[in-house]
Amino acid sequence: MSDLAPRPRRRLLLAAPLGVAALGGLGFWYMLSGLQNGSFNPRGVPSALLGRTPPDFALPPVEGMSHPGLSSADLRGLARPVLVNFWASWCVPCIIEHPQLMALQAEGVPIFGVSYKDRAEDARQFLSRRGDPFTRLGADPPGRVAIDWGVYGVPETYLLDRQGIIRWRYAGPVTAEIMNEDIKPLLRRHA
Amino acid sequence: MRRLVFAALLAPGLALAAFLPSDRLADPAAEERAQSIGREVRCMVCQGQSIEDSDADLARDLRRIIRERLQAGDDDGSIRGYLQNRYGDFILLRPPFSLATGLLWSTPLLALLFGLFLIRRRRAVVVPAAPLTPEERARLDQLSG
Amino acid sequence: MIPELGHFALAMALAFCAAQMVLPMLGASTRDARMMAAGQPLANAAMLSVLVAFICLATSYAVNDTSVANVVQNSHSDKPMIYKITGTWGNHEGSMVLWVLVLTLCGAAVAAFGRELPSVLQARVLGVLGAIATGFLLFILFTSNPFDRMWPPAPDGQGLNPLLQDFGLAVHPPLLYLGYVGTAVTFAFAVAALIEGRVDAAWGAWVRPWALASWAFLTCGIALGSWWAYYELGWGGYWFWDPVENSSLLPWLASTALLHSAIVVEKRGALKIWTVLLALLAFALSMLGTFLVRSGVLNSVHTFAADPARGVFILAMLGFYIGGAFALFAWRAPAMVPQGVFAPISREGALVLNNLLLCCIAAVVLVGTLYPLFLDLVAGRMISVGPPFFNLATLPLALPLIAAMALGPLLPWKRAALWPVIQRLWWAALIALGGFGVALALTGAKFWPALGFGLGLWLIAGAATDIVDRIGLFRQGARIALARAKNLPRSAWGAAIAHAGMGVTALGIAGMGLATETLVALNPGQSARFAGYEWRFDGVRDAPGPNFTARRADVSVLIEGQVAFVMTPARRTFPVGRMTTTEAAIRTNLMRDLYLVLGEERDGGAVLRIHHNPLAPWIWLGAYIMALGAGVSLSDRRVRVAAPNRRSAAAAA
Repeated sequence: MSDLAPRPRRRLLLAAPLGVAALGGLGFWYMLSGLQNGSFNPRGVPSALLGRTPPDFALPPVEGMSHPGLSSADLRGLARPVLVNFWASWCVPCIIEHPQLMALQAEGVPIFGVSYKDRAEDARQFLSRRGDPFTRLGADPPGRVAIDWGVYGVPETYLLDRQGIIRWRYAGPVTAEIMNEDIKPLLRRHA
Repeated sequence: MRRLVFAALLAPGLALAAFLPSDRLADPAAEERAQSIGREVRCMVCQGQSIEDSDADLARDLRRIIRERLQAGDDDGSIRGYLQNRYGDFILLRPPFSLATGLLWSTPLLALLFGLFLIRRRRAVVVPAAPLTPEERARLDQLSG
Repeated sequence: MIPELGHFALAMALAFCAAQMVLPMLGASTRDARMMAAGQPLANAAMLSVLVAFICLATSYAVNDTSVANVVQNSHSDKPMIYKITGTWGNHEGSMVLWVLVLTLCGAAVAAFGRELPSVLQARVLGVLGAIATGFLLFILFTSNPFDRMWPPAPDGQGLNPLLQDFGLAVHPPLLYLGYVGTAVTFAFAVAALIEGRVDAAWGAWVRPWALASWAFLTCGIALGSWWAYYELGWGGYWFWDPVENSSLLPWLASTALLHSAIVVEKRGALKIWTVLLALLAFALSMLGTFLVRSGVLNSVHTFAADPARGVFILAMLGFYIGGAFALFAWRAPAMVPQGVFAPISREGALVLNNLLLCCIAAVVLVGTLYPLFLDLVAGRMISVGPPFFNLATLPLALPLIAAMALGPLLPWKRAALWPVIQRLWWAALIALGGFGVALALTGAKFWPALGFGLGLWLIAGAATDIVDRIGLFRQGARIALARAKNLPRSAWGAAIAHAGMGVTALGIAGMGLATETLVALNPGQSARFAGYEWRFDGVRDAPGPNFTARRADVSVLIEGQVAFVMTPARRTFPVGRMTTTEAAIRTNLMRDLYLVLGEERDGGAVLRIHHNPLAPWIWLGAYIMALGAGVSLSDRRVRVAAPNRRSAAAAA
């Protein structure tokens, strides 16, 4: 029998499938444990605006409501961090998160709202029935400003620090858990 | 519960939005261009479809935006950049070239090179048939006369 | 009572499979004939037990037994009976039972049809299959029991995703599973060979029919899924490079490479290591698909309700079976010495090229599918890898593959000259180039569809050349050629038919590249002109169904003022799931599809989207022709029982 190619290298190559599979398996393991503790979320898209200020915009107030409208100027030079919440009266998860927003407002957290693709009358009814947590409320019936923020569904909530930089974005209804584990610590950190 | 929430996010979109002839540009070449850009833009609330293949509200808005910017004179790259600025790389169905995606885009070439390397090694490793022993050689000579 | 019986049957099956895992393997190692022979009855018993369990589950669905939690979650009394029954496998738990049923059926098939196999090989194959079945049965019994009860029974079920309430999608899983699970059989053959420490030409012959059969089912399953997407999703798309679609494509690519590679092992004793690895890979990719779909790491329309706990179990199974197999490979393969010298230009060389390109395409699809997941895990960045990437990245690999597909079968073994073969294909090349040119001219210089036409014709003409060449049609006159055609081995016909089928699919894809569509808003009585027809909108009416309400439009299609036919697209709303689906109206004459979708209704009128899809049916027709080719090959007894190698196999046993 003539000489074979260097045996160690051949063994290494033939062990490559095992190596690749092991690495892959390790990765999947981390993904699974990440799924369970929330650190890995294949459905969550991070906001492209994290660490930036939102684009310039000026939204008129919702008709018939006493709140002032919302514009980018209102989000700079703030005394404390604020939440910006995109919502609509036709959005079922918005109903689910509303109590959390009311609770935050009760603690004095300034919440600015954007009424997304909604009629003024429906928005008014929603708030009069369930409570009004907003200090400012801008109307965005065509939804264009929302697109400028990178909003892709409602509800979405953004946390801005005092300089007006977006520090956190959550797509989905704010649950009590998120309120306690994400929002409150962030509010403290950027106070 | 989560699935219900997700469906609720989608449902109004599916019910309200639609394709309307007025959404399309009058100029067929421009419309063609808008569609080819749109085919590379992901519908963020769907399951991986492009905005050209979706009834969702958001998809319709994004289609409108693409056509507006196209008529305003933006080129394809700027339009994609406009969307990328707001939604991040996720919205582009063709992953942009960057350090993070370098490995992805070089996969075809790397796989091919690796395969060729294995093939060449095999040719070096193959054991040829054992040489003839003197008896076998003699018999061969005998047979072939 | 019936659910209890089913549950018990699953437990019995577990016992049989565990025994099937242990006894034949022990028998093979100790060469104990009795223990080895135990594999066959155990495999049959396991299959029967799982069949009983499956029938019990299907019965529970058919009678809408709402004390069974699985039925409550996935069914409803209003569902039509056929969808009640097919709903058995339209959910995670039920589909796992189907998976195991197909696996035990494969085991029984190996027991029944593998009588010519050396007993050691058959025993080991059954042992591995038993091991896999044991793992899946444990998974079912501990994490996904379909027979879990609910007390008190619910008043009615929660319904089924209306997208699944559809014939095509109901039939697609069983076919697909026959393919997926079929890869377990070739996997078992590979593991058996590795345990024995020897792969010989006989092994290649034994493996081939199983590789062909599972490949044929996979081809049909994928084609059916693609066809379903085409008519159900409402946009005329048929392949989206969706992660779950890719999960079915990956084992298909590996299986295609495997069945070609096995030929080389059988005929020349070469490429043994490659072939064994491919057999391991096909099943590994199939199981990877199972993991991706059921663990929750993927975000796709196909995924079942995600449960990370189940994901952990499946990952553990992956680790055990695939990790174990690859470890076995790493240990045993170095001792296998490559044999069979051949020149680069030869049939073997072409098959090596085929292997290489198929594996590269598989690598691209695998990396593209998993990249977003791993990038998110490692760097926290979310990107999308969609059709633009996959099309761009696989095309440069697919084109040379298609070009070589016509050349390969004509090349002699061991050493060949390329030029004479190209010369034999001159008329195929002429047809292909002609087709390309004509297509370019007729379609207004659309390059890619024209290229597709050329390549499709190249494949079909190449397959025809193969047959014509073998029967010597133009060399020796028709009568002799006909006689030779009758005696031509069916595997030769099968290969030609399958390659031609690929050509038909290529033509279909090229045709779809020329699809046109239009969007019109019409009031009742108004018409639009498109694709040479006049489309008259006659109105929309309510059209309730068994468990849905619908709005159905009537559109008359006129040719020269006369109504040729009426198409009725609809939109269905399902109250139980709160979902709407589009039911496109499709009219086909096998050369083109007319595809009509009802859009929004406003002010009495409606928006209609009309598509003209040339050659669309050929996409799936080609796939079925490919499967037919495999069937023809399988009908060749020499392929099934590897007759030419029985002598060497008997010596090896």
